[in-house]
Amino acid sequence: MNDLLNLSPEEWTAVRLSIRVATVAMLASLPVGIAVAYVLARAHFPGKSIVNGIVLLPLIMPPVVTGYLLLLSFGRRGPIGAFLDEHFGIVFSFRWTGAALACAVMAFPLLVRSIRLSIEAVDRRLEDAAGTLGANPFWVFLFVTLPLILPGIIAGMILCFAKAMGEFGATITFVSNIPGETQTLPSAIYTLTQIPGGETGALRLTLVSIVISMGALVVSELMARRVDERISA
Amino acid sequence: MSLAVDVTHRFGSFLLEARFVSEGRLTAFFGRSGSGKTSLINIIAGVVRPNRGRIVLDDTPLVDTERGLFVPKYRRRVGYVFQEGRLFPHLTVRQNLQFGRWFTPARERHIGLDQVLDLLDIGHLLDRRPGGLSGGEKQRVAIGRALLTSPRLLLMDEPLASLDDSRKEEILPFIERLRDEAQVPIVYVSHSLPEVARLATTVVVFQDGRIVATGSPTDVLGRADVLAPHVAAEAGVLIEATVSGHDRAFDLTVLQSRAGTFQAPHLDLPIGTPVRVRIRARDVMIATMRPDGLSALNVLSGVVSALDATADGLVEVGLDCSGVRLAARLTRKSIATLQLKPGREVFAVIKSVALDRDALGRAPIPVEPSSADASTSRA
Repeated sequence: MNDLLNLSPEEWTAVRLSIRVATVAMLASLPVGIAVAYVLARAHFPGKSIVNGIVLLPLIMPPVVTGYLLLLSFGRRGPIGAFLDEHFGIVFSFRWTGAALACAVMAFPLLVRSIRLSIEAVDRRLEDAAGTLGANPFWVFLFVTLPLILPGIIAGMILCFAKAMGEFGATITFVSNIPGETQTLPSAIYTLTQIPGGETGALRLTLVSIVISMGALVVSELMARRVDERISA
Repeated sequence: MSLAVDVTHRFGSFLLEARFVSEGRLTAFFGRSGSGKTSLINIIAGVVRPNRGRIVLDDTPLVDTERGLFVPKYRRRVGYVFQEGRLFPHLTVRQNLQFGRWFTPARERHIGLDQVLDLLDIGHLLDRRPGGLSGGEKQRVAIGRALLTSPRLLLMDEPLASLDDSRKEEILPFIERLRDEAQVPIVYVSHSLPEVARLATTVVVFQDGRIVATGSPTDVLGRADVLAPHVAAEAGVLIEATVSGHDRAFDLTVLQSRAGTFQAPHLDLPIGTPVRVRIRARDVMIATMRPDGLSALNVLSGVVSALDATADGLVEVGLDCSGVRLAARLTRKSIATLQLKPGREVFAVIKSVALDRDALGRAPIPVEPSSADASTSRA
């Protein structure tokens, strides 16, 4: 039993790395996610369904394909990767930041979908009311729309975090499986199942995964309930 | 204030063509649902952009499609009280009230929070959230929220429509105070004749997207031709009177008008207060001799001035009572039996009970913008 609770230093490293990757992926994609969700929910422009399709693509493509496309474009010799490396010194390939990028891309459709649905549910007459009270569109968004869609944003963030914690295919294809740098929980579990005597370690990390996922779910429930109480009380 | 509107706008198959000028303190848009009142108020607020036309408020153009001018709603400084309140559910009453104030330039804020709390009696609600308020409280907060932007014009879209009668009675006095004390011109949308008769200083009558009459309530609301059939049963005249005494023993209030004295159910208003009495044509009986042994307390003498057949087979008898027009709705049989014709001297009989609270309202206090003690005349 004790074996199941005592994580080795390597396993701890994988846990910490996974949490860091998932957190960064979630926070970095949030502003973009809100902006894209807002445009998809409100704007009408030609080619909107194409944009929608591109956003949803990572959800339906095989993760390995997404990972490979990331490698082609954000790799050191890829067009975007080379540009970022040359001008800003930002490197994604085989770094933990690359793992975060892969996770963010894979989780993006879930984040956008959740926020978009809540924006579409906002009573636009409240926004009109705010407008007649003197608030320009930016203040209306900040003081009316944003607080009203908070439950959707929280739900989207948790989905995004959970997806990022479990992302495997795109991550391993894009940034490989380097312990301490890109070896997240799923990669670590996969590696442990490939070596003799690794079953206990794999089981330990599996338990950790379950605990983190459940924790995220509970936190999101609590937050959503508090927000709901504020809005509807 | 002056509000000049001349717009055309098409919503699907509905065409709104509205043109009027109002200088009134409370301009009522009157007409049945779907006649274009709310559409026009949305255009004035800037929520809807009209296809064509011009709107000018006190020399400031808000819309002029020919010049390509459209002032966005957040720059119009036009307050809007919506039919359903539209309070922000995520904010407290205090935050709701201060929402618009925050966006009003400091030098333009001439209405303060204390003033609004006092006027609308909502001070005790400040820390509550809209979800926990009653319908009447919500509407009062919504009115306060719009007032705190110190608007140049206050639009009210059927603010009482979603309330039951007792709640309406709770809000109407606040709107009367607003009209008489707050010095903010109001445009008030309603399909209720009693409300319009009680509140308006100018009436604009809508029918199928067009304006069919504009004028003072005493002129417009007495014209059966402009009132839609659904309100014909409510049609009648509006008479200006003043409170001349109270009969405490019988809980009656005596009203003096040019047509004569009326005894009405008790009104809690001081002597000298101008009031409006709405007398529905169907509540007026005609006698050819001064009646005796009758329960009705109000008997006015007058001369038959006109007989008009109405759409439903009845006759509207126009009476001239010392220069004041009164209308009575009778059957053709009564006309024949009494041999009524223009020029005949008759007596109009009105039950005091017909002059219920619904038919009586405080008349607008004559405009004196400089008078600081307008509120002290109200006990």
